[in-house]
Amino acid sequence: MMKKTPVTFTLNGRPTAAFADPGENLLDFLRRGVGDMTPKYGCGQGTCGACTVLIDNEPHLACITLAESAADREIRTADCLSDGPSLDPLQNSFIEHFAAQCGYCTPGMLMAARALLERNPNPRREEVIDAIAGNICRCTGYEPIVDAILDASRSYRRSAI
Amino acid sequence: MTVEFRKDIFANERNDDFDQIGHARIRQDIEGHVRGRSPFYDDHQFEGLLHVRCVRSPHHHARIRAINASAAEAMPDVVRLIWPGDIPKNMNTLLSLIDFGRDDEPLLAERKVSYVGEPVLAIVATSVLAAQKAVESVVVDWEVLPHVLDVEEALKPNAPVVNDEYPNNCFDYHDRYDHQKLRFGDVKEAFSQADHIVEAEYQMSPIEQAPVETCGAIAAPETNGRIVCYTSTQALFFSIGVTGKLLELPSSRLHFIGGTVGGGFGGKVDSQHEPFAVLGAMLTGRPVKYMWDRAEEMQYGAPRSGERWRIRDGAMRDGRIIARSFTGFFDAGAYTRLTSYGVQKCTGHLPGPYTIPNVASNIFCVYTNRTPSTAMRGFGITGVDFAIECQMDRVAEAVGMDPIELRILNAYRDGDMKAHRRPAKNCALIECCQVAAQKSEWRLSPAAISRSSIEGGGEGWRAEIPETVVDGEGGIGNRKRQWQDTEPLSGTGIRRRVPVGTSTDHPATGNAPQHEDMVAEVARLGFKIDAGHSVQRPSLSEPSEGLRHRHANAETSFGRALGAGPSLPSGYDRTRPPASPGPARSSPPANEPIPAHSRHERDKSEKPFQRGVKRPGVSPFISGTRRR
Repeated sequence: MMKKTPVTFTLNGRPTAAFADPGENLLDFLRRGVGDMTPKYGCGQGTCGACTVLIDNEPHLACITLAESAADREIRTADCLSDGPSLDPLQNSFIEHFAAQCGYCTPGMLMAARALLERNPNPRREEVIDAIAGNICRCTGYEPIVDAILDASRSYRRSAI
Repeated sequence: MTVEFRKDIFANERNDDFDQIGHARIRQDIEGHVRGRSPFYDDHQFEGLLHVRCVRSPHHHARIRAINASAAEAMPDVVRLIWPGDIPKNMNTLLSLIDFGRDDEPLLAERKVSYVGEPVLAIVATSVLAAQKAVESVVVDWEVLPHVLDVEEALKPNAPVVNDEYPNNCFDYHDRYDHQKLRFGDVKEAFSQADHIVEAEYQMSPIEQAPVETCGAIAAPETNGRIVCYTSTQALFFSIGVTGKLLELPSSRLHFIGGTVGGGFGGKVDSQHEPFAVLGAMLTGRPVKYMWDRAEEMQYGAPRSGERWRIRDGAMRDGRIIARSFTGFFDAGAYTRLTSYGVQKCTGHLPGPYTIPNVASNIFCVYTNRTPSTAMRGFGITGVDFAIECQMDRVAEAVGMDPIELRILNAYRDGDMKAHRRPAKNCALIECCQVAAQKSEWRLSPAAISRSSIEGGGEGWRAEIPETVVDGEGGIGNRKRQWQDTEPLSGTGIRRRVPVGTSTDHPATGNAPQHEDMVAEVARLGFKIDAGHSVQRPSLSEPSEGLRHRHANAETSFGRALGAGPSLPSGYDRTRPPASPGPARSSPPANEPIPAHSRHERDKSEKPFQRGVKRPGVSPFISGTRRR
């Protein structure tokens, strides 16, 4: 058996270290190796967006990212959004707009939206649609999600993230 | 308009204040969703987790001569091979738990495979990659057999037999018929009187449910010989039942945990994963996960069945549709799963939401060498609705009428008799059409705008339903000789006329009788068909000869045979002797199907349902009163 590789990185602001199997993807590494279950497996081929995480503030598909490439980077998952019992405005907006049904695509959707709002706090509707174009949702029909993200952008601007 | 609510259902569990509509309500599970903490089955971690992958058929249809798995067995990361012989009872059908259909599908094929991807051997290994490598090392000696992929080809004589349990390549309804039928009125006679005949064929492809979470299950040994199983299932008790049956385990040994489903849409009822995970955990003593990857989900996950429809309508110049016949083929794939039930659901839905006095359908549940098909969002209904609504547009074109006005004219209204001999209630299609027209700025005539679902139902021509013609065709074994003859009532089989009326009026009709408790409920709710509407002399604008009146005087006769038959209008066609509509307690002829519910009828308790919940029409699908 090939040797495991130690990988040190920052996960949601906390210094983290774990061993990656050779060729292991970042999704399996985060879920099995580190224990952060918020990124989800949907396709394993970079088409559904359920595994979206932020690497140095850029959205990436964890299922087609090598675990070793996370070394010394700053990784954020949906687990970073809430602070204990209090939710992020984006999460509250998803609740208010009924933007989740089964909830499986939601963590990836939230991270894609978060990346957009950090980059562009005042997005147009088309820009929101473009930002989540790589995230498949089979339940909601997307409209509530787009509404929720637009509404969250107003909350973000008020609280100036 | 007022809407009548079915307050009798769950009467003691609701307070009828109806204050929820118009208020936003927060989903009870949504906080877990936005935190990413909702416990999907794959979010449960187990130390030393093993993984299952299956060796699958690359052929549509092939006999298994031999399987050489010695290379896989020698691999250090392979923990266990699961052979068909390891499965205590390797034959099941999904609906056997409600006694519908015969066991026809093995968990692992032993002698032959009937679709591309059918599993023949399962391998349990320490990682998905190791299991995949082991699968690739297995050599199977296949004897490729001729296959059939088209529903009508499969019904031809000498077509390859897909499923040994059903050698005619179609599901056996009521243990004696090769299709599910509906007969109401006399379509043949009505077609001969129609001004326009509109015929067309429609076809729907199979559709994959494609949930974002793929199907899977994780099982691990618990204490006291129990196995815990986390599963993606959307039908937890199906999964327990199927697993218990295949593995011959009492359900007390199975601790199943589900409820958080990453999208199901019908594709997570088939219970294909839990038996492998539980058996793997029992054979290895370790936690075992069987999870489909995306390719398996799309290729081997059971989709909505493909359907083919031939619909023939007889319409009058004024737009009334007086007859509609259906010939339908549902592609079950290689095994039954839920398609047999989809066909029944579909039959219960015909002829769509329209008042048509003459309806006949023959629907086949056909086996082909395709992936088995199962539930998906309204399966059995949505496909035929597509066909029906396309057909409505074609009829509108044929009679030169606005398509929405045609629908408004023919739509069910409260009090109309449906093809299943139950009165239509709480109808709203006319109002839907009016709102849709208004929103899309579609001009309707003042007459169409003024129509209402609560006016005119069961009156005039809408009440004129001729005697029903039934026939003896469709027996198992006959169809292979005369497979082309699928148009309802076109064959030469035995013809018989049965009296008009609701099925409860005439137990001799051979149609499934309504449950007594349902009948009592209908009477209690006070539903009436106004006897004053029972006889109407036809006017010039109304249906022509032969489509003569009937309207049961059902005011007090639900559950009882009529004391005297309804009087016949003077224009009744005397050349055709009417079957006696009088006391109809004669026993059904021997060649009639045994009503599906009759064997349940005898041991039914007087109380319809326990725990104070009044429930009309207790379904045989609910175990409440018929636990054995």
